[in-house]
Amino acid sequence: MADPLLQIENLRTFFYGDGSVSRAVDGVSFSIGSGETIGLVGESGCGKSVTALSVLRLVRPPGRIEAGSRIKFEGRDLVTIDERELRSVRGARIAMVFQEPMTALNPVFTVGEQIAEVVRIHGKASRREAWDRAVEMLQIVGIPAPAERAREYPHQLSGGMRQRVVIAMALVMNPALVIADEPTTALDVTIQAQILELLQQLQGRFGTSILLITHDLGVVAESVSRVLVMYGGEIVEEAPVKALFAEAHHPYTEGLLAAMPRLGEARERLRTIPGTVPPPTRWPSGCRFHDRCPYAWERCTTEHPPLYQIGSAHVSRCHMADEPERRNHPHEPLVMQQQRVAAS
Amino acid sequence: MRSPTPASAPAERLAASGVASAVDEPPSDAVPARRARITSALWWSLALIALLCLIALFAPGLAPYDPNAQPDIIGLKNQPPSFAHPLGTDQYSRDLLSRMLFGARVSLSVAMLAVLLAATVGTAYGVIAGYLGGRFDAVMMRLLDALLAIPRVLLLIALLALWSPVPLVALILIIGFTGWFEVSRLVRAEVLSVKQREYVVAARALGTPALRIIWRHVLPNVLTPVLVAAALGVGNVIILEAGLSYLGIGTRAPTASWGSIFYDGSDAFQATWWIALFPGLAIIITVLAFNTFGGALRDALDPHQLADGKSR
Repeated sequence: MADPLLQIENLRTFFYGDGSVSRAVDGVSFSIGSGETIGLVGESGCGKSVTALSVLRLVRPPGRIEAGSRIKFEGRDLVTIDERELRSVRGARIAMVFQEPMTALNPVFTVGEQIAEVVRIHGKASRREAWDRAVEMLQIVGIPAPAERAREYPHQLSGGMRQRVVIAMALVMNPALVIADEPTTALDVTIQAQILELLQQLQGRFGTSILLITHDLGVVAESVSRVLVMYGGEIVEEAPVKALFAEAHHPYTEGLLAAMPRLGEARERLRTIPGTVPPPTRWPSGCRFHDRCPYAWERCTTEHPPLYQIGSAHVSRCHMADEPERRNHPHEPLVMQQQRVAAS
Repeated sequence: MRSPTPASAPAERLAASGVASAVDEPPSDAVPARRARITSALWWSLALIALLCLIALFAPGLAPYDPNAQPDIIGLKNQPPSFAHPLGTDQYSRDLLSRMLFGARVSLSVAMLAVLLAATVGTAYGVIAGYLGGRFDAVMMRLLDALLAIPRVLLLIALLALWSPVPLVALILIIGFTGWFEVSRLVRAEVLSVKQREYVVAARALGTPALRIIWRHVLPNVLTPVLVAAALGVGNVIILEAGLSYLGIGTRAPTASWGSIFYDGSDAFQATWWIALFPGLAIIITVLAFNTFGGALRDALDPHQLADGKSR
């Protein structure tokens, strides 16, 4: 990856509330190469969606991208370019696919009109050309009878169809990067697989890079080459997908993997990670995961871990990279102890 | 790069047919009955409104006499309804039917134009406040609170006192510009909800300029409550205009409006009951028609009113 398509450096997006600052994204750095698919994984509230919105500067006040953040894309810094230039990137060079196909389409216009509008905003196409392009795009995303479907309204289509329309809107200008924020979460399992397959097909065809944001490691396993795991507004582990599943290093990643149901394993209950993501206004000191971590020791409560290099292209924000023997002594996480104390 | 993806097409068709059958389930009997009731209310109120508008439009052709002519102020004054004067005459011997027909023009046009003005101003204000949000919104809403704190009728009396007699245009402007506050609140609340929807974020993510987002994505999706409020508002303004005319600060004499005719007849209601009765009835029927229309429109446009529990 000589020259990455998108390079994010020290992205910090804060939300300013009444007397408190919510550090939703707090120093995230990563890059995406041309034609690459990477996964961004984490629980609700870990900052993955805010990261996605930040890339296109879609975060609304009171949210703000802090000075010092850099989002380099095709030779420009998206953090500093003006609104006009940014609009020429949005939809044309970087497009987004949202989670809810139910609400991602405007109910008062036909799907054809909505796709054609994107063409009209970014190109000099006539109404007719834009419409033809929309129909063609519907066909490309696998919608049968596209010419008729284009004249239908979103509510006339099924969830899977709507998501295909959303993907068509994202891809119609042939962008270099598609950010898909939980594109399959709202869909039935069978449709999920189809949509992921479609994204992969289209990527093969157009050479688009994809940033796939999800809380579902299963989705990641099937479709990406590299995984970023986010926790507490930070990247806590980054690894090629195989390495991540084979030898996850960070206890949080371990927890996520253990929480996945697997075939052929007789387990009475799925394991869970105890506790919840702390509020972004008060990240814990030291390692942000220490109170939920089964290996944490004193160092974790005071010293914020850096990203340790633990393999080629594999980094982890855990002090166990320094002290691997700690992994042999799991204990009850701090939150569990606190809960017990509170209960008694 | 221009061919369909054959692998997924049959599966999608299958999925689509599955979804379609779930939606096509026969709804319960209550829903079509309710739908029919709403539809019929919508149609008869709309027909009545259309009829009233036609009457107003063709008043000169329909009226048997000049509405302001006083043919025989002694001999023909205060005539009860008869063949020559179907609705009787007033104290100046003017034909009441003709005055009612011309009064419809004034009452309806004042009400409709004032409401159109109010709805436009209110929508613009609400959309701007709601879409910009933040400090703009806070300032604009506090200003609105201040405006809402002024009693409307007192404000109207104060403003209308500037003219004597009041030109019709001024009446429309003043009623319109004092009537948009509620609409803008309604619109703003709706915009706040619409702008959070993913298609607005998606439109921004696709590089759509702000004005275009407002025009194409926000405005069409907030117009339903505006339409309903406008329909209901026409009824209110007809009553308001009648009230102002009754107070003697509305339309200028001898121009007839239903309110001013009612005012003329109210002094001697027991002796010449027809002078006040017919404009009163006209006001009631018109207000009823507009309110029914507004209500039916709201029910017809609001999917929740017809929800059978399956559609959203």
